[in-house]
Amino acid sequence: MSVAVKPCLDIRSLSAVLANGQRVLRSVSLSVQPGEVRALVGESGAGKTMIGKAVLGVLPPSVRIVEGDMLLEGENLGRLQPKARRTLIGARTALIPQDPLTALNPSRRIGPQMTDRLVRILGWSGQRADVRIRQLLDEVQIRDPDRVLKCYPHELSGGMRQRVLIAAAFAAEPRLIVADEPTTALDVTVQKQILRLIAQLQREHGTAILFVTHDLGVVAKISQKVSVLYAGKVVEEAETAALFAAPQHLYTRALMAATPRYTDPFASLKPVDDAVLAGLASEIAAADQAWRRPHG
Amino acid sequence: MAEPLVSVRGLKVALPDMTRKPLIGRAPMVEILKGLDFDLPRGSVTGIVGESGSGKSTLGRALVRLLEPSAGSITFDGRDITHLPEAELRPLRRNLQMIFQDPMSSLNPRRTIFSIIAAPLRQNGLGDNLKARVAEALQRVGLPQSFASRYRHQLSGGQRQRVGIARALALSPKFVLADEIVSGLDVSTQAQILTLLEKLAAEMGLTIAFISHDLSVIRRLCRQVIVMREGVIVEASATDALFANPRQAYTRDLLAAIPLPEIDDGWLLPAAKAPA
Repeated sequence: MSVAVKPCLDIRSLSAVLANGQRVLRSVSLSVQPGEVRALVGESGAGKTMIGKAVLGVLPPSVRIVEGDMLLEGENLGRLQPKARRTLIGARTALIPQDPLTALNPSRRIGPQMTDRLVRILGWSGQRADVRIRQLLDEVQIRDPDRVLKCYPHELSGGMRQRVLIAAAFAAEPRLIVADEPTTALDVTVQKQILRLIAQLQREHGTAILFVTHDLGVVAKISQKVSVLYAGKVVEEAETAALFAAPQHLYTRALMAATPRYTDPFASLKPVDDAVLAGLASEIAAADQAWRRPHG
Repeated sequence: MAEPLVSVRGLKVALPDMTRKPLIGRAPMVEILKGLDFDLPRGSVTGIVGESGSGKSTLGRALVRLLEPSAGSITFDGRDITHLPEAELRPLRRNLQMIFQDPMSSLNPRRTIFSIIAAPLRQNGLGDNLKARVAEALQRVGLPQSFASRYRHQLSGGQRQRVGIARALALSPKFVLADEIVSGLDVSTQAQILTLLEKLAAEMGLTIAFISHDLSVIRRLCRQVIVMREGVIVEASATDALFANPRQAYTRDLLAAIPLPEIDDGWLLPAAKAPA
């Protein structure tokens, strides 16, 4: 996989700690090539959402990055002044959140919320923004844009709200989208439509996506590359097809065996073996020890 | 086994539609369940599956008579409980237990795990020998005895759900309603809880109505399945038959929409016929 192309996102040995010194990201390295979907998969507490937040510069104040670099299209985010960093992140990235209802302002109509970002952050004229938003609503197969733009968020179904946010995310032609569990709250049939839309827009716009999910099924369908996380550490990284053909790490295998599969009910839904968890605990402890030595 | 534990005939439930409530006066009623017929056979797990708005949770609440049906009948263990007043339901409640989706909100934060599990025992006149009974309940769900003195915030999600199960099963009920009990859990925890429930259901011969949106989970745990959509039963059959040969297009759509953890390049391609 020796590519000369500059990665869209390159995270190098990123470590973050809480105020009490506990490491929550453990020397995370991963890259997303232009136009590629990289899945971050793991259970709760694995740090997958935190990596997305670190990229977007919206980590909670309790989390401090203590080591590592994040390069967005070659620009080292850590070396930029805060204002320049925010401008760069604002211009080149976008977020598709898990819960569209909390991401949208309940007391404003959809239209101005969608155009706002284009007008305020990118300095577009209101008319240009409006044309662009309608174009994107068409791409996410919203056939009655006039009505939707006038709606308040609660007047739309969950699937429609997520379509609106996907349209908003792609509208400014970001180079990278962080999609944080974008279909977790949806019914399966709606989830399939939404995944299909994200994949289609991603292909057509050539956008790179960092796709955070807990669901290996979603990983298999949407991504080309995948990083498996446990306790803030990347335990396995592979091309998605290779990961499903031959998972290497015991935890990845355990996760696959635990994932429900109606086609094979008794080979799936297997609880993770205690030995696997013990192995992970000592792997993490060893990594922390090795890391602390030079870092005091 | 001859007579089913629960028999439901022509069940209708209507609830007030608060979104259309006038400022003064009553909200108009909207029919959530539109005439359901089915039986729950004794000693087996029945899955109830559907998407949001299908009425599956409303059905669950009617089965344990947290809601009163507007028409039809529910027969429990040979007795018509459709319109029983609360006072007459109370002695039956020990046999109508529930496990909830979110144990964080269904366990009292100010009570110890001991007192949470002991409460239904006390209320049902089993207050003697409480220590031994709670110890047994904890052991049954694989929690250490030391957990008796803990509070819910000191437990992980999976442990809290075990407490929920321990409380529901402490009375050895005839019927248990389990409503989305593994939805919020990580897959590894989900597998543990399902394995536990599977084992307990077999050991105790429980009759369970297992509500879930996840057909993969239902496939594993349930002997028969009821598929619901918009307040009606779309399809009901033995699990093996339903998965081998789903008769209804809606059931097939539900199955096709599940992203299985395997590579399938065609899955995301637009369908020949666009879904509604």
